[in-house]
Amino acid sequence: MAREKLRIGSGAGFAGDRWEPAVELVERGDIDVLAFECLAERTIARETLALRRGDGPGYSPKLEARFRAVLPGCVANGIRVVTNMGAAAPLAAARAACDIAAELDLTNIFCAVLLGDDVQAVLFERPELILLETGEPLESILPRMASANAYLGADAIVEALASDAPIVITGRVADPSLFVAPVLHAFGWSYDDYAKLAQATAAGHLLECAGQVSGGYFADPGVKDVPALARLGFPFADVSADGDVVIGKVVEAGGRVDRQTCTEQLLYEVDDPSRYITPDCVLDMSDIRFSEIGRDRVRVGGASARSRTPTYKVSVGYFDGFLGEGELSYGGPNAVPRARLAGEIVKERLALRGFTFDDLRIDLIGLDSLHGPGEGRPEPYEVRLRVAGRTALREAAEAVGWEVSALYTNGPSGGAGDFANVREILTVQSVLLPRELVPTWVELVTAP
Amino acid sequence: MTVTVRDLAHARAGDKGNWVNISVIAHDIAGYEQLLRELTDVRVLEAFAPVAKGPVWRYELAQLRAINFVVENIRGGNVTQTAALDIHGKSLGTLMLAIRLFGDEP
Repeated sequence: MAREKLRIGSGAGFAGDRWEPAVELVERGDIDVLAFECLAERTIARETLALRRGDGPGYSPKLEARFRAVLPGCVANGIRVVTNMGAAAPLAAARAACDIAAELDLTNIFCAVLLGDDVQAVLFERPELILLETGEPLESILPRMASANAYLGADAIVEALASDAPIVITGRVADPSLFVAPVLHAFGWSYDDYAKLAQATAAGHLLECAGQVSGGYFADPGVKDVPALARLGFPFADVSADGDVVIGKVVEAGGRVDRQTCTEQLLYEVDDPSRYITPDCVLDMSDIRFSEIGRDRVRVGGASARSRTPTYKVSVGYFDGFLGEGELSYGGPNAVPRARLAGEIVKERLALRGFTFDDLRIDLIGLDSLHGPGEGRPEPYEVRLRVAGRTALREAAEAVGWEVSALYTNGPSGGAGDFANVREILTVQSVLLPRELVPTWVELVTAP
Repeated sequence: MTVTVRDLAHARAGDKGNWVNISVIAHDIAGYEQLLRELTDVRVLEAFAPVAKGPVWRYELAQLRAINFVVENIRGGNVTQTAALDIHGKSLGTLMLAIRLFGDEP
């Protein structure tokens, strides 16, 4: 194996992420692999439902735009793409990617598609499994199940990479595994070499939210400033065959990569730092250290790991009623009491109409909508009333926004700028499933 | 002198299911030691009471000068279900930064 170092770029941190920074990585980042992480906890449930109802393709909605933006550069520079944009329809996603390649006159493009994460059929046979969040049996939500997907690991993605396809598309996989797999594939590491898996998993975890390690979600003006945040660049990791990891970004790109940004992102969405569970290993961050070895270059060392668990985590998405929302603003003298009165009126009118809610919130945006009520806060000049109700009945959810808008002529003085919305709630809970119940396989998709 | 967490540290919030974690990363050793003394799980739960039932777990990472707090049972249910405006709890890092500490005052 001649290769000494692999550079993996992070092209997206969520389904709605920007793609200009990915193009910058492709054109100026000297990367070998570009990974796009586009599946939040609930995204796959939403896409499964869209597919079933015929109002969506089932894969990541911005897939076409993303591939159109990066594919020419990836082909020119020999960069492989690895992504979970397949969501609920990885094969259809691969066909769409091939169509775009053909449209752009790019030849020899084909996709390796990882399948097997959809375990709905398995779960129907196992209603006795326990939901990790509530301790209830799975049976309680099975009739309303919209999706069930196992978080597959790097070993399964490696099978797809072995095909030499320029594009690898998956459904649900663990976010760090999208980055661990290309490293395993490039260096031929053993899947039981936990010292190296730990370093690669730490790198993957740092990269999985893209801009969040290079200056996004970080700036606090005057205290923590980020240079050229509007031109925020996405990060890459240089991983060496011996497990050395260095995080960096394109020098000219906006943002910053340093100990502070890396430490914030290392602990992002982490509970016990000594037990960060992925399908590949149980990462221990207790001795992870960062050293700044140059401008926007941070070495990651000291990651260790214990053996992977015998189970896959499975996210189960299920239909959980509706959320109705309404908003209206109040400004000037006595704005807060007028907004409070308006909220009480909406609550009373919803009750008078006979609607009940599992949760009915009245927030004043500008005062207590984010952190709840608190002592000693100055009264704002203007506030925005927000009423939000969760209910099994669509009609009740619709009434929330309706009654807020009706405040215009039927409420306190000066209400302005109404907004009303109803959306379906897809809740996600988790179960653990023995690995042997989740076979995975790879299919190749070529351009027509 | 009364200081806030923001004077000593920076922070980031993340979520999974019905818990949120907030990392608190000290600017220097002295700040880390003061946070270890004063920013207890009890103090954090008190500040987070309007938005979470708790419990609160505290993990220390001395080599990073960081403390990771995990706040369980966010009111209103998890990210996929809640009626709250901030469905992820992303704004809760700044609730942590606003917590007042009391330094060495008697």
